[in-house]
This record gives sequence, structure tokens and C-alpha cells, in this order.
Amino acid sequence: MQRTAIYILFFLLLQRGTAMAQENSLLQSLDDSLSMQQQHEVVTNTFKATQIVNLPTVESPAKQSLQFLIMHRFGKLNNGAYELFGLDNASIRFGLDYGITDRLAVGVGRSSVDKTFDGSLKYKLLRQTTGLSPVSVSLYGLITNYTQRYSDKPYLDAKYRTAYTTQVLIARKFTRNLSLEIVPTWMHFNLVPTAADKSDVFAVSAGGRMKFTKRMSLTAEYNYLLPDQIVSTSMKNSLSLGIDIETGGHVFQLIFTNSNGMIGPYYLTKTDGTWGKGDIFFGFNVSRIFNFKK
Amino acid sequence: MKILYSIILASVLYIPVQAQSWVTRNGKITFNSKTSLENIKAVNSQVFAAIDASKKTIAFTLLQKNFLFEKQLMQDHFNENYIESDKYPKAQFAGTINGNIGTTPGIYKVQIDGKLTMHGVTQPVSMPAELELKDGKLTGKSAFSIKPSDYNIKIPSLVKDKIAAEIPVQVSAEFLPAK
Repeated sequence: MQRTAIYILFFLLLQRGTAMAQENSLLQSLDDSLSMQQQHEVVTNTFKATQIVNLPTVESPAKQSLQFLIMHRFGKLNNGAYELFGLDNASIRFGLDYGITDRLAVGVGRSSVDKTFDGSLKYKLLRQTTGLSPVSVSLYGLITNYTQRYSDKPYLDAKYRTAYTTQVLIARKFTRNLSLEIVPTWMHFNLVPTAADKSDVFAVSAGGRMKFTKRMSLTAEYNYLLPDQIVSTSMKNSLSLGIDIETGGHVFQLIFTNSNGMIGPYYLTKTDGTWGKGDIFFGFNVSRIFNFKK
Repeated sequence: MKILYSIILASVLYIPVQAQSWVTRNGKITFNSKTSLENIKAVNSQVFAAIDASKKTIAFTLLQKNFLFEKQLMQDHFNENYIESDKYPKAQFAGTINGNIGTTPGIYKVQIDGKLTMHGVTQPVSMPAELELKDGKLTGKSAFSIKPSDYNIKIPSLVKDKIAAEIPVQVSAEFLPAK
């Protein structure tokens, strides 16, 4: 009889033990199954804005949201006090970018430099995903047409004024603060200044951002045009530095760059400033997002 | 013989303990921050939850990234600036149910007391809840509110007027018996 009691006690203890383990494991078992879900997670917010300074990023406006972007560059800092260190002069680009889907965006823009219109498409081909893809890849296509009148060049029709820029944007968010991007570019000009200049031009760009607070980051980009392609003008490679500040629906970018132009054919092939000589343009990009989703 | 008796006896005693576990993988948690300037509403329909009716314990866990907002930018800011879902991917609740949960179909009003962990901070939370047993399912509904400041979620002064100081949270879940 005593043994029976011991057995019962033993089983009761065993049962009690199981019940307690169950209680503790309630959250544990939920967590375990939740972790399964976490295995393939899409990495978001590689960059705050749709451009580092001039170079497009892998980001695009979300579905049914419209981005209004103002890009603004003052004159060269080395213009001196007479020109208020460049602030007397300015060039500007207005842009509208709309997300058709979360992956596909269309854009239009107009720059004061050469009175240039542009149209663009950006498609998020691949998104950085834990365990699946180490990088995000977006494709960017830009068509530009300048409308500046040149009375001495009557042959310049719309076709000759058009150029095409194709970029493969490859980016990786390494940590929550550090994102880097590398971009091969192919440009085609319908008309180039001299026969020695190439009409198909290739460049490689690299850039990145380093967040130093939750809402502020340092950015940099360098655009390298492969040599011996543009020979008739003395072009320099474009180097830009900036600070991103995010406030609600805006992203402010304060920048220093040696490029006056803000779209592919201009910052990549028509940059003539040299940092060392003080040919530095101060400027800013400001974006505002409007939502049409209900 | 004695061993056999005790085994039978123990197994009879054992049954009620295991029988009343309930689980779900698609519980729903919504919150709605209302201010005169902006309403920020989000839904997470992939909440994992479990109830052990015999022990009267309850647990919830969810991934912050599964909260869906009307506006993408709100969702980005929620994940990146406020909840920091890369650092603190989960929110968890574990608590006890005070009140009677019957074994017959009906509505049972209970009080749930427990601890909510999110953004790396654990706070005690109490909420009234309604549990309905019907057609072999246990449906639970509850509402409570949280203060972002209690969870070390800092809201910059620039957007202070757009985010409510106290945010109502609604919970609903349909549990099935655990296998």
C-alpha cells in the first residue's frame, strides 16, 4: 500500500513537472514557431531617400505615393565674397516620382541646367532578404532631353538633344547604420560634340550612408567615368558629400559636390569642378511624400 | 499489480491537465494613435497566441515587422525610428487569467494580468477580456492602452502632436485546441 502511495506521488510529481514546463514553455513554443517565420526577412530602408546625392538609390516611393523632390545647387564656393560664395547663383531640378507598385516607380523632372526634361523608371528587381539575397538590386532608366536654345546650332533637333542612361543599382545594408551601393552605368548620347567622343559611355559609381543618429546620416558618392571616352571637354569625376536629415514626411539632404548637374548625363559626364581648387557647389535636396492610398 | 493501479490512477488524473490548451497563429492586434493632426492605424494579423486553460496562463508573441500601416512611410518610421524592429523584433506578453473559464459553451468575462515586453522594456499590463467558447473554438477579445514613453520610445518634439501619448490597443484571436 505504501509503495502504491509512493508510485502515485511519483506520477503526480511527474505530471506536475510537465504542467509547469508547459506553463514556461507556452511563450517559448510560440517564440520557436515565430522564429521560423523570421528566417527570410526582407531588409527595408537601405537608404532614406531615392538618391544618395545625385546617384539614385535602390529605394523608390511606395505604391500610390508621390514624391516631390527639389534639388538645388548654388554656385561655386570659390566665386568669393562678390558672389556671396556662390549663393548668388543657383540651378535647380524639380522632380515628381510616383509608385505604381511597391516595386515600380515612374518619374519626371526638369532641370534648369540646359533646360532639361527627364523621364525615368525605377524597378526593384531584387530585395535584400535574410538567407536568400545578400543585396538589393534596382534597375534605373532615365531619358533626358535638353531644350536650351542655341541659335548657332539649328541642326539640334529633339533626337540630337536626347540621351539615355541605364543604371544597375546594387546595394547592401550591412548594419542598421551602414549601407553601401555600387552602380555600373551605361549612357547613350544621340549626338556627341566631336567624332573622337564616344556615344556609348560607361561609368562606375559607389556610394553609401552612415547613420549617426536615428534620423541623421552622413552620405558620400563617387562617380568614376571610365577613361578615354569623353575627350573633347575636360571633365572631372563627380564626388559628393552630404548629410541626410529626416523629419516626418521630409528628407533634407545638405550637400557639397563638384557637380552642377543633378541627372545622369550631367553629373557623370559634364562635371568640370575640382574639389582641391574650391570648385565646390553647396546645395540641398528636399523631398516630400504625398499619399494617395486609402 | 500495484504499479498498474498507480499508472491507471495517474493517467486518469493526468488527462484534465493536458486537454485544455488553445493556440492560434493568426491572432489580430490593432492600434490606433489618434490626434487632431493625424490618425495612425496599424494591424498585425499574424499574432501567435496560446492559452492553457487548466493553468490559466496566456501568452502572445508577434513580430513588429508584421504591423501593416496605411502609409508606407508610417510603417518605415515605426520600424526604423520608434520600435526599432531590427534590434527588438518581437513583442511578447505572458500573463495569467483571473476568472472562470468554463468547459461548456458560453461567454466568460475574465481579467488578464501579465507582463508586456517590447522595445526592450517589460511593463505590467492588466486588461479585461472576454472569452467565448463556441463550436469547439475559443474566441478572445480584449482592449488596453499603452504609453510609448513607458517603453522608452522617444518621440521627437517636432512630431509630438502627431503621435498620441496613450495609444489604445485591441486584441482579438480565435483559438483552436492544441494538438
